[in-house]
Amino acid sequence: MKQYETVIGLEVHVELATKTKIFCSCPTEFGGAPNSHTCPVCTGMPGSLPVLNKKVVEYAVAVGLATNCSITQNCKFDRKNYFYPDNPQNYQISQLYYPICRNGGIEITTEDGTTKTIGIHEIHMEEDAGKLVHDEWGESSLVDFNRSGVPLIEIVSEPDMRSAEEVVAYLDKLRLIIQYLGASDCKLQEGSMRADVNLSIREAGTEEFGTRTEMKNLNSFKAIARAIEAEKERQIDIIESGGKVVQETRRWDDNKEYSYAMRSKEDAQDYRYFPEPDLVPIVISDSWLEEIKLSQPEFRDEKLKRYEEEYKIPAYDAQIITGNKHLADIFEAATAICNNPKKVSNWLMVETMRLMKENDMEPEQLKFSPENLAKLVNLAESKVINSQTAKEVFEKVFSDDIDPEKYVEENGLKTVSDNGALREVVQKVIEENPQPVEDYHNGKKKAMGFLVGQIMKEMKGKADPAMANSILKELL
Amino acid sequence: MSLMNLTAVGLGKKIQNREVSAPEAAKAALDAIEAKEAEINSFVTVDSEGALKRAEEVQKLIDEGKLAGPLAGVPVAIKDNMCTKGLLTTCSSKILGNYIPMFTAEAVLNLEKAGAVIIGKTNMDEFAMGSTTETSAFGPTKNPWDTGHVPGGSSGGSCAAVAAEECPYALGSDTGGSIRQPSSFCGVTGIKPTYGTVSRYGLIAYGSSLDQIGPVAKDVTDCVAILEIISSYDKKDSTSVKRENYNFTSALEDNVKGMKIGIPADYFGEGLDSEVKEAVLNAAKELEKKGAVIEEFNLSLVDYAIPAYYIIACAEASSNLARFDGVKYGYRTEDYNGLHNMYKKTRSEGFGAEVKRRIMLGSFVLSSGYYDAYYIKALKTKALIKKAFDNAFNKYDVILGPAAPQTAPALGESLSDPLKMYLGDIYTISANLAGLPGITVPCGISSKSLPIGLQLLGNCFEEKNIIRAAYAFEQTREYAHSPLA
Amino acid sequence: MANIISDETIEYVGILAKLELDSEEKEQAKKDMGRMLDYIDKLNELDTDGVEPMSHVFPVNNVFREDEVCNGDGREVTLANAPERKEDSFVVPKTIVG
Repeated sequence: MKQYETVIGLEVHVELATKTKIFCSCPTEFGGAPNSHTCPVCTGMPGSLPVLNKKVVEYAVAVGLATNCSITQNCKFDRKNYFYPDNPQNYQISQLYYPICRNGGIEITTEDGTTKTIGIHEIHMEEDAGKLVHDEWGESSLVDFNRSGVPLIEIVSEPDMRSAEEVVAYLDKLRLIIQYLGASDCKLQEGSMRADVNLSIREAGTEEFGTRTEMKNLNSFKAIARAIEAEKERQIDIIESGGKVVQETRRWDDNKEYSYAMRSKEDAQDYRYFPEPDLVPIVISDSWLEEIKLSQPEFRDEKLKRYEEEYKIPAYDAQIITGNKHLADIFEAATAICNNPKKVSNWLMVETMRLMKENDMEPEQLKFSPENLAKLVNLAESKVINSQTAKEVFEKVFSDDIDPEKYVEENGLKTVSDNGALREVVQKVIEENPQPVEDYHNGKKKAMGFLVGQIMKEMKGKADPAMANSILKELL
Repeated sequence: MSLMNLTAVGLGKKIQNREVSAPEAAKAALDAIEAKEAEINSFVTVDSEGALKRAEEVQKLIDEGKLAGPLAGVPVAIKDNMCTKGLLTTCSSKILGNYIPMFTAEAVLNLEKAGAVIIGKTNMDEFAMGSTTETSAFGPTKNPWDTGHVPGGSSGGSCAAVAAEECPYALGSDTGGSIRQPSSFCGVTGIKPTYGTVSRYGLIAYGSSLDQIGPVAKDVTDCVAILEIISSYDKKDSTSVKRENYNFTSALEDNVKGMKIGIPADYFGEGLDSEVKEAVLNAAKELEKKGAVIEEFNLSLVDYAIPAYYIIACAEASSNLARFDGVKYGYRTEDYNGLHNMYKKTRSEGFGAEVKRRIMLGSFVLSSGYYDAYYIKALKTKALIKKAFDNAFNKYDVILGPAAPQTAPALGESLSDPLKMYLGDIYTISANLAGLPGITVPCGISSKSLPIGLQLLGNCFEEKNIIRAAYAFEQTREYAHSPLA
Repeated sequence: MANIISDETIEYVGILAKLELDSEEKEQAKKDMGRMLDYIDKLNELDTDGVEPMSHVFPVNNVFREDEVCNGDGREVTLANAPERKEDSFVVPKTIVG
């Protein structure tokens, strides 16, 4: 069999973190009854007109700058015309002729450790569509326009990727950059980041591109990797059996690990783009551009350096924590409160990671507040609770974001530091366990552990084990 | 003598002076409509109940001293492509035959704030596509000068209502001449303001880059009073232009001394009716007598405006009218088999022939492989036309010419030949392409007793020049009431 | 030089525009569109090389809104004219064949 090379380009849609929609003042927040977050503009009522949300432009420029694009300082919106019920005007306001960013690229690290630049062809702004809910048994679908008009940027890469691993590395990097900018939370599962994969194959060593297909409905990194493998195989099979790949859009079904063509004779795929007459051009002056540049946040590389210098946490920990914006935010906020970067880092690196793994969670899904983590660090450091209790309390912080101070108080978990009370218990344990005491005196050091255990049991875990140990030694 | 014989400002004065009450004025309009509608059909909807109730409220505000504008309490008719909250708004189309908007167009809101009493919604060419008001799904409107003739279009209902004196004034919209041409055919005055002067929010779009709302009334003074009220900078319309001031009244002076008026020779060539030509040139002479400097010149590119216009307007319309699909509002076909069949049947049954013709043309010129040849070519032509006007306005304050090549055609005459109808827009269309303000004032009556209109075009944002010229000319003749007035 | 509009073209434009014409209407549409395009072709006489296409007449730009929520629950306004409604959603013929 011949050797084939896979050529992949991505179209990534990212929902921007604005409070309102791109062309009207409706909220972008999730939830709410169907059509409750709508108005005449985002439902295409006759006579309504769009007005652009300034924040959308700023986010788009910020992402463009962070991905080394040149900014189109005179850009425009166009209409993309197609009929579908989730598209209330039956045209989408998008950008074709003058997208806001062009000719960028980001560096990824490939499997063998070398770096590679993935080109970004363009980034454009557009509006999201509404949601269709299909009646399982009936003949109809329901339309909800709450998501209609939510701002998106579409990041179109060059066909520079050659494997699923490179695709995942690119998406990871892109996600991190956008999260750092605060331009989006980039959650694949929830659809705030969506990737369409353009894939073609060609004989290894040739220059000319093969016919590509576009794969939609990819909701996780795993689905993306599986779809790429399957589509590669499908195209190779076609070519090996003497057929021709058809340029088409396909939909991936991750449960069946199978894709099917979304063709219909009613979809001409002829979008009849033309300049949107209801919106005026956007002129991004040098000074505005400078302003956006200056307000760019600290990116990962800068953070890494600072974490090692300022916080003096191990390089490995800094790598992991800065690898996710949300994690880095928690770290910095908690450290600012308790002023103990090493301990905060420890809690994140050990207990947080363990619980995330147990619960199969992504860092974005962490919901505890830095305040409560900082409080926990303080409680443990000042020995108000012992380390075992601290772990238990942290589990509560992790799952329910409880206030550790209140929780410790309410559940009486404080370490008993009162020497007298502890002394009484130690005395009692010695009296009640003559055999182990004798064993201890006979040189069986193990008996010591048993006695401390009994003391902790009597104290319901609230004793400081070190203190219990020393009193026990003294009394024995 | 009916109160409807008065001008809007004249009636407004009587209301301010407590000689007439707002409810009396509304009642007079409703009576006139009742008496004449069977013959003219200028309204799609008459809101008797709402108008009388609103008139009472307005009168109360006037009595309390809270409302004192020149048009407070005066009834008005609104073209049926402007949204009116709670009141049927159809664009004279079956596809919006049951549509009740939940908000009011900004221009209409401005009128309401000034105490206007909306009496009803006027008939029009379906979605403003047409020059005769015959493409309405609710039957044609007739010309009050001769009911065997069309009133022009697309704002034919508004112009006929004013000419027949069913109401003192009306709002129209102008995408390619839709205020100026029917004003000319009906012997009334109408203004198409500079693009961006009146908010388009709530105006159901035909060609978004060309549409502009404007007043229709008996005289220039009325139109200016209305224009001052409806003009505003509107944050809801991104193409709205913030103007230095919205005072047009100061231009109402009978003084054109030294005003430079250009007459494009290319507007007086083949196809222009000789009576129209004579009436318009006579009007120029009147202005010359008053001290204006009249000069003939070549505007150039006149023949290219219509093709450029139809590409741009139809392309925009094909997209603007895509939203009428039976999903969110309006008509939905009874029987269908699946989504795309529902779309197609709804739209094919809901739209009339002319609308379909333009949607098809617009879809075609934007389709893959044709965009550059048609659409971009049209936008380049538009740029050249704008430049030709810029050159002309370097030399002249006002451009004077006819509003239409002929007087109103007989009913049915235009429908059989759409292209011929399109050619009738030759003098009005370029103002929309270039965003210019234009005004039509009556300047004569033909031998067949049909009105002839004079069109004055000004440079962008220079409404005052055309208002001054129109007002000065208007002083030379009496307003001619139509036989149905 | 006349533009001849084929059946395929009319069919295709019908798909784009979501219009369904009966055979008589189709013949008329072919004729009308052909005539109109012949007329429009007049623009080819015009030399427009180097001319910048003009979509907006005035050099107005940067019209923005601030990112502030102003709209409340829009359900009733949105659904008031719905041809078919189920609770708070519009009802359409099923969009996927499943």
